[in-house]
Amino acid sequence: MTNDPQNFDGRRWHDMGGNAAGPIPTDQHDFSLWEKRVDALMVISSSKGHFTVDGLRRVLEDMGPEAFETMSYYERWIASVNQNLIEAGVYSTAELAARMTEVAARGPTYGEASDG
Amino acid sequence: MAERQFMRVRPDMPPGHVRTPSYLRGKTGWVERTLGPFPNPEQLAYGNPADALPLMRVRFTMAEVWGADAPHPQDTVDAEIYAHWLELAEPPHAT
Repeated sequence: MTNDPQNFDGRRWHDMGGNAAGPIPTDQHDFSLWEKRVDALMVISSSKGHFTVDGLRRVLEDMGPEAFETMSYYERWIASVNQNLIEAGVYSTAELAARMTEVAARGPTYGEASDG
Repeated sequence: MAERQFMRVRPDMPPGHVRTPSYLRGKTGWVERTLGPFPNPEQLAYGNPADALPLMRVRFTMAEVWGADAPHPQDTVDAEIYAHWLELAEPPHAT
């Protein structure tokens, strides 16, 4: 039996329990509309049986520490939801590409792009 | 399962998606209660059919997890760990 708290060989980057950490941020903020939509998309995807929260977590973990540092919470979520939906065969990369181009052509603001 | 059955968390370090925190791997605690069965998240994460497994709520002392010089060695932490990560064990400390 070892009790060596440093005995973490092979630990993955996201498995942070026990690491030294600073104070916990307690400030609150409102979510923007797109963030609520990402959350809703996860709920719909799960309820339709396309993938589970486990698939969401798996892709978030595989995205690595750089994504954790450079992307916001729901930016990481939408990347993972998209990866899981493609893997589940809900749409193809080509279909996604065509739709993204179509939406971008509506206009540069979120309001314009959303109204379609 | 006997009351206060001690279990040791397997010390495995696989590269894939698992729900067992690494700071508890290799540590020994006792079963606080049995939950589930629930589908194995390690299979669900890859979109595969999942086996239903018991989920154990295991209680560990701070002394066991962080060492005897932990600030509050008799405080405890509970973690819910799927059965395939757990092996029967003897108590880790003389009590």
